[in-house]
Amino acid sequence: MKLRVILFLLIVAALALPAATTSGQDAVELRITWYDDGNEGAVLRDLLDQFEADNPDIKIVIDTVPYTTILENFPVQLAAGEGPDIARVTDLGGLAEYYLDMRPYLSDEEIAYLEENFGPFLQWLRLPGDTEGIFGIQNQLTITGPYINRTLFEQAGVDVPSDENPEHTWEEFAGACKAVADELGDDVFGLAMDRSGHRFAGPAISMGAKFFDEAGYPAMIDEGFIAMSELFVKWHEDGTMLRDTWAANTSYAGANEEFANAQLACYMSGTWQVQQFTNTIGDAFDWEVVPFPCGPGGCTGMPGGAATVAIKDTEHPEEVVRVMTYLADEDVLREFHARTLFIPAHKGIATSAIAWDTDLELAKKALSDWSIQVPNISPIAFDLQAYPFNRVMFDATRDRLAQVIVGELSLDDAMVRIQEDVDKGLDELAE
Amino acid sequence: MSRIDAARRVGVSPRFSRKTIGDLFGDVFSLLFGFIMNTIDLVITPIQRRIGIRRMAYLFLVPNMLIFSIFVLFPMLLNFYYSGTAGTKLFPEDRTWVGTENYQTLFDCEDFTDPNSCNEDFFWRAVSNTVVFVIFQVGGLVLLALLTALILNREIAGRGFFRSVFFYPVLLSPVVVGLIWKWILQRHGLLNGLLETFDPERDATLFLLERNWAAFWVILVSIWAQMGFYTLILLAGLQSIPAVLYEAGQIDGANNWQSFRHITLPLLMPTMFVVLVLSLIRAVQVFDQVFVLTGGGPGTATKYMVQYIYETGFINQIPRRGLAASASVLLGGVLLVFTLFQLWLGRKSEVT
Repeated sequence: MKLRVILFLLIVAALALPAATTSGQDAVELRITWYDDGNEGAVLRDLLDQFEADNPDIKIVIDTVPYTTILENFPVQLAAGEGPDIARVTDLGGLAEYYLDMRPYLSDEEIAYLEENFGPFLQWLRLPGDTEGIFGIQNQLTITGPYINRTLFEQAGVDVPSDENPEHTWEEFAGACKAVADELGDDVFGLAMDRSGHRFAGPAISMGAKFFDEAGYPAMIDEGFIAMSELFVKWHEDGTMLRDTWAANTSYAGANEEFANAQLACYMSGTWQVQQFTNTIGDAFDWEVVPFPCGPGGCTGMPGGAATVAIKDTEHPEEVVRVMTYLADEDVLREFHARTLFIPAHKGIATSAIAWDTDLELAKKALSDWSIQVPNISPIAFDLQAYPFNRVMFDATRDRLAQVIVGELSLDDAMVRIQEDVDKGLDELAE
Repeated sequence: MSRIDAARRVGVSPRFSRKTIGDLFGDVFSLLFGFIMNTIDLVITPIQRRIGIRRMAYLFLVPNMLIFSIFVLFPMLLNFYYSGTAGTKLFPEDRTWVGTENYQTLFDCEDFTDPNSCNEDFFWRAVSNTVVFVIFQVGGLVLLALLTALILNREIAGRGFFRSVFFYPVLLSPVVVGLIWKWILQRHGLLNGLLETFDPERDATLFLLERNWAAFWVILVSIWAQMGFYTLILLAGLQSIPAVLYEAGQIDGANNWQSFRHITLPLLMPTMFVVLVLSLIRAVQVFDQVFVLTGGGPGTATKYMVQYIYETGFINQIPRRGLAASASVLLGGVLLVFTLFQLWLGRKSEVT
């Protein structure tokens, strides 16, 4: 009988224990929704460990999710009011209605610091009409542009067009990439581009695309856009481009694995690949960044990137802003960029030397080459990136051009459909 | 021999005999069980006294009905409401009521056989893809399942082994099936590797990049993954046919084909209908396995209804939830027809 009583008491104690433990905790727990391109999640954790050590009243949990979750599921989570306290986003202006304006919790000095160092990038996080809100920090600036596998060019005996003429055309660039593939045989492909309308936009602007009418409304179809679309379809038809990336998927897809496997002579992607290529390729072959190919509209890539933003549904805005202020600190951010090999948007860091945390000369050169290209980015590209609903434009481009590539739609029909898709999306927004 | 006897035999007082872990577990279990049952009894007995034992059945149905209402009935009603609204807001009270506008958008089409002539061309592409998928997948599935069941019903060597082999894919999750076949069918996949061993000069066939190939493989993989389940149902149907009928047929001089045509097929028909309707319902709902295998591509060649609804309502930067809800109401209507047909068949076979 005694045994039964003891057992009963043990069960009751076991059931009551978690509640007692929970009530004993008094630190505020904040959650960050995060995705990783490379090692940035680990670097962030290290930095936050330091923060937690200095601020025992705040505990931070990082929820790492796949990038597609950030693009596709996260907006629904925010719309339902079930978002985290902080998040890493790339749909910068598109999610602006869910961001917390941090100004009420910031001192005047802190506001001045953020405006001075993140000036133009703060606008990317604002809704149209807002010119003052501070919602987050742009801790990754990206630029889209081409990489080449120089080793394959040398093996094929093909000259890299930018070696002789930095202002080479898209046709010359693609022609050289195809020549490498033709020379080296079936296992090597000429050129691939991430399956993304954002990646397509830079080359389109180079060919003269404007993307907006005079009133600032998205006007997709013009001579430049059509010219790049024609080239893009032609490259798929004549085998210049790897068909798998755009034909075999329906959402975002990269060709980074093919490039790392030395199956691609040229790869149209962006700065965020440097960190990954440092790990996956290292010095197994010579990979490098080449200048943007040119067209009648200039030589440009697309800017972009990821921002860490505060979410307005948080129950602990003051603690969130303390974390954000810490992450925006120049020394903390400098360490973040040095270790992740991400190009900084922070003016103070961008204008001073960064001690990149890599011994790989190829990576250091790539980062330097990307930095050189920043002044070449077209103002149209910046406007397009700043437009909050640019993903509607990018997705329509991606979906309809893919249909042309696989033979479901003519190019003319695709051009009409792209504008219709954008109009439908914006109409829905107006309801 | 009781434990007391055993204790006496070894000279130990039974009062101080050691308890085994099993005994301890039994004590804990009986203590917990008694605790739970007594607590339930405290609640149930007064209720039973109040409402009478006949009405207790309704009480036990309440939890299930509650779960059904919250997770099925309420979302269905909400979906109807969403189908009459527009805008990007998530919560119903924030959305704009537009009546039948979404349905009009879906049916705004010059020629229903040409998706390009439709306002919402992705919807009609999904509809036509789904129709083609249902016809070939269900047709192939029922035929192959029947053929397999007929073979497995015979006295063949290794019958048990083959029954397990054909059923095995049913145990795999659709995501695993999609991944396995993606590795087999991609450009540098297993199948191309195998074909290259016979002909090193041949170019890789783009099984997942050519529209017709992709549509073909999606159907074939789906049949492979599901066939075992339907084979099992048909096998049960075949085994319920009395052997005496075949003996009578033989005495009357019927050959194998005549036995199949006049005995097996008519008596298997009720089971065949069940298989047909179940596979139809499942085929119309196709999504997960194809989403992993092809993502709906190339282009929209393997994009089916559920994927269209998912992408329209959730994936786009500016989601068109009203339109997605309208499409899902239409899909639900189709499924309802099939389900009612299945219920009618079930009742009919009960009567006969």
